[in-house]
Amino acid sequence: MTDTAIPIDRGDRPSTLRKIGEVVVSSPMVMLAAVLLAIIVLASIFAPWIVPHDPGRLSPSVRLRGPDSTFWIGTDAFGRDLFSRVVMGGQISLAVGVGAAIVSVAAGLALGLLAGYIRWLDAILMRFVDGLMAIPNILLAIAIVSLWGAGLWTVLIAITIPEIPRVVRLVRSVVLSAREEPYVEAAIAAGSSSWLIMRRHLLPNTVAPLIVQGTYICASAILVEAILSFLGAGINPETPSWGNIMAEGRLFFQINPGIILWPGLVVSVTILSINLLGDAVRDALDPRMAKRGIDR
Amino acid sequence: MNKPVLDIRGLRIALDGRADQELVKGLDLTIQPGETMCLVGESGSGKSITALAVMGLLPKALKMTAGRIELLGETIHNAPAPKLRKLRTTAMSMIFQEPMTALNPVAKVGRQIDEVLEAHSNLGAKERKRRVLEMMESVHLPEVERIYRSYPHQLSGGQRQRIMIAMALIMQPQLLIADEPTTALDVTTQAQTLSLLRELREKQGTAVLFITHDMGVVADIADDVTVMKLGEVMEAQPTEQLLRHPRTDYTRELLKAVPSHVPRPPRADDNAPVVLQTQALTKVYSQGGWLVKTRETVAAKEVAFTLRKGRTLGIVGESGSGKTTVARCIMRLIDPTSGTIEIDGTDIATLPPRELKPHRRKFQIVFQDPMRSLNPRIEVGQSIIEGPLNFGVPRKQAMARARELMTLVDLPASAVDRFPHQFSGGQRQRIAIARALAMDPEVLVADEAVSALDVSVQAQVLRLMADLQAKLGLGILFITHDLGVAAQICDDVIVMQHGVIVEYGPAGEVLATPQHPYTKALIEAAPGRHWDFANFRPFSESRQDA
Amino acid sequence: MFGYILQRIFAAIPVMGFVALIVFLLLRLTPGDPAAILAGDAATPAQIALIRTRLGLDDPLYVQFFSWIWGMLRGDFGVSLLSGTPVLQMIASRMEPTISLALTTITLSVLIAVPLGVIAAWKQGTLIDRFVMLLSVVGFSVPVFVIGYVMISFFAMELRWFPVQGFRSITDGLQPFLERITLPTLTLTLLYVALIARITRTSMLEILGEDYIRTAHAKGLSETRVLMRHALRNCSVPIITVIGIGFALIISGVVVTESVFNLPGLGRLTVDAVLARDYPVIQAVILLASLVYVVVNLLIDIAYVVLDPRIRYQ
Repeated sequence: MTDTAIPIDRGDRPSTLRKIGEVVVSSPMVMLAAVLLAIIVLASIFAPWIVPHDPGRLSPSVRLRGPDSTFWIGTDAFGRDLFSRVVMGGQISLAVGVGAAIVSVAAGLALGLLAGYIRWLDAILMRFVDGLMAIPNILLAIAIVSLWGAGLWTVLIAITIPEIPRVVRLVRSVVLSAREEPYVEAAIAAGSSSWLIMRRHLLPNTVAPLIVQGTYICASAILVEAILSFLGAGINPETPSWGNIMAEGRLFFQINPGIILWPGLVVSVTILSINLLGDAVRDALDPRMAKRGIDR
Repeated sequence: MNKPVLDIRGLRIALDGRADQELVKGLDLTIQPGETMCLVGESGSGKSITALAVMGLLPKALKMTAGRIELLGETIHNAPAPKLRKLRTTAMSMIFQEPMTALNPVAKVGRQIDEVLEAHSNLGAKERKRRVLEMMESVHLPEVERIYRSYPHQLSGGQRQRIMIAMALIMQPQLLIADEPTTALDVTTQAQTLSLLRELREKQGTAVLFITHDMGVVADIADDVTVMKLGEVMEAQPTEQLLRHPRTDYTRELLKAVPSHVPRPPRADDNAPVVLQTQALTKVYSQGGWLVKTRETVAAKEVAFTLRKGRTLGIVGESGSGKTTVARCIMRLIDPTSGTIEIDGTDIATLPPRELKPHRRKFQIVFQDPMRSLNPRIEVGQSIIEGPLNFGVPRKQAMARARELMTLVDLPASAVDRFPHQFSGGQRQRIAIARALAMDPEVLVADEAVSALDVSVQAQVLRLMADLQAKLGLGILFITHDLGVAAQICDDVIVMQHGVIVEYGPAGEVLATPQHPYTKALIEAAPGRHWDFANFRPFSESRQDA
Repeated sequence: MFGYILQRIFAAIPVMGFVALIVFLLLRLTPGDPAAILAGDAATPAQIALIRTRLGLDDPLYVQFFSWIWGMLRGDFGVSLLSGTPVLQMIASRMEPTISLALTTITLSVLIAVPLGVIAAWKQGTLIDRFVMLLSVVGFSVPVFVIGYVMISFFAMELRWFPVQGFRSITDGLQPFLERITLPTLTLTLLYVALIARITRTSMLEILGEDYIRTAHAKGLSETRVLMRHALRNCSVPIITVIGIGFALIISGVVVTESVFNLPGLGRLTVDAVLARDYPVIQAVILLASLVYVVVNLLIDIAYVVLDPRIRYQ
């Protein structure tokens, strides 16, 4: 009958990383995704040492070849080795994905915290966010690129800006619901400053959902980069990216479909792996998260 | 003898069917026709799971691993799904705790009752509607035609539970399972619902399996009682027998912990200094804005009271009475619309945050929900010292004090390094008290601070608060819906209704000789108020002794 | 109820205002002289000056903004920098393929996705559930144009069931219309099915755990009845919500799909305008797309009134 004994449960909360690790190992599908993604990332990082041919060397004599022993997945319209270009292209595509995820999460976190905490700012900021979300992301991105010119940085910005509103909304909703928690009210009663409450009690609640959202943004950014390039509003083809390799294959699709299909396969596998890992992380960190609207 | 309505033998239920995760461990239970059997237990006793097992509605993760369930002599625990479906509402029905969520929010309530007839009878639409309206009348719903067409959110909690009861009994089943059907209702609504259940049982001869944690309800409604603890049956006896002569220590402790409705002896009014005083405290919520008409709700109106050092002032009332609004205004978690709040002589009602901060130390709060009142991500010690650190106490000194406070609330000092999830509900509520005390407050506001706790734990926390008050001379403002708890801990009592104080005076007077009709109704409605649980006899006998 | 509808309508107006502001600022905040950027590298000073006057770039910003808005309210969306044709006229002539594609896609997607999501939730954890989940992740992960090219290479080039590219109006007869719209529709449908099936499954799972579902079972109703009458009805709100949000996805998808299949719709118009930096056309198309999005979501907000009595009797 006494309630004073400490219960047997002395286990510590498993760390975030460990929880993620456990989920990855528990499902063969997720495991496969992790392995594939690791291979793609490593290949991209070490691309300059891996590629069998110079991805930029033009060889008109071997234009539009199919796969053979020299050119494993064929050549493009300028006779450049497709395999080497795809491996090199991973650098740009993955950098865009990771960059967009980091920048949009950082910006969205800052704005979301402000919106969740300052009433008058919230009203204005959220209308602006609604406006931004009403513009289809591809249209906004190609408009930005067409005006500002097709550099790596412009493309990164053009991809990042449309992603920010969703992060703002997410952070804001987490902050608003956490603010109602009695432990936050107890902190107010204890005379804690807004800054302390935000840092100590509100911010930690956003970490798990943001990790998940970040992976989704990374996947989405790689996809959008490919689409932008494909539409002709992407990074200059001098530096190969998965998107602009495919864009160059458009005219020659009926002759050598591999120029689109091979990079398309790599992009798809990459994004699929990131999405599967994102879902697994979501399930690991908080099964209820799906209900809070963290879905694309 | 007749065949029993329900006969359960050796029922075992386990999580994922694992023997080490048993939630019900060999339960025996028999209900005779027309009998009301109360299944009593604290949280985790397995009482609700047992009910779901009878209905065949166990969640997927739970498996029945052993035992036998017979309904009217028929084995049902292994019956195929279609057969079970046929038995539901015709032979056995169930009503649930939360009538709001138990009804489909997007369907008219009349249709929801009608669906039972549709599924289990061959009646035409007209005849069905007639039967539904008739049933709605017999559960004493007003304006049945209108309510038939209403949606759940348009009805009150009591009306919704009546709809559930109508739905459950329209096919006249032999057995009604009621899983804490009145726990989510206000005390006056609870009394009405209980008397309705009694009436229908007499009219239809339905046997009832009534699941509750409330000994008061047991004393009012049960013929027989089965007491459960952690999945095991402790004892089963006829009600009066059990209340007078409990066989097990567990039941005895459980009965002793029930707060009596007779106010405790008053303490001398020693004219101690006033620590908290409000005058004309008012909170008005306005909704809407331009475009939509502004709707104003007066949550608290002209509330005035005085709390002295070392004394406890209770605010009692049902949901919507404004008692929590008053507490939150005093804590300045919401801003009062008008009126004054004097703490230690300073009016804090309108102080801007910067000027308010130095005063914050003097008044602290303990909340209702032990699961949410501590930040799950930081060690409890860190939660305790957060306040003192804000007021410039050195970390080391604050931590030493936190350890002291842990001992003061009967927890080991070393537990400051643990996380909230490593403690039980009652322990967390103690820690929340320690956190409040770390500020050396003069006023402690307890907002339904023991309402979410099991009755035995509740008694301990109440005792702790009384001890601390004696030691530290705290003034306690105790918000509760439970008259028994108020009677046990308060010196003075305020009764609130619709945002207004209807009665205010010494607990002994207000609760023993209430003047206002609402106070009278509240006391009248309290379940089990005739029974002196702690002394194992009815009050009528106690008075003869005296 | 009417208060609610009015509120939604008035809430949509500032959103459109902000869209206009964003589109407006996009050009004006571009580093450098916007007129020079739009005119391109080979432009003469006279050409640049012409663009400047046409867009009113010499006026103060707020004058530019309001005269632009005022113009649009009167139906004047400006003229193309390239051809001099009124933008509105250009848009009107490109509507048909886009609307056809959007409508066929939405219809087909909802017909496929909702049953899939419901079945997946109902049979949670089974093979069919996993298949639906995998399908939805794949739908999200493969770029639309890759799907399009796979469709072309298989159905059009390999099997020769459909023409490779192009568009025929439905007024030219149903068969030629369907022959050309089928592959683009299937392409875009995969994306949209992924979105809707996933949300349907999630909401359905949530609803199947609600108390009133347990009540429905306790009433002795059959599985299908519980699913159809109680679960699906409650699920309709999240499903149509996601259909609305997914509209942005459809618009983006249409732009890409039209390029792949060479459909002369608004998407192609946009891409051509972007490549030619024909800003009046770009901003008009963006505004139009956003307007469609906002209006669709407004209609969905209003549909809640029908679907959810809690809103109806607010």
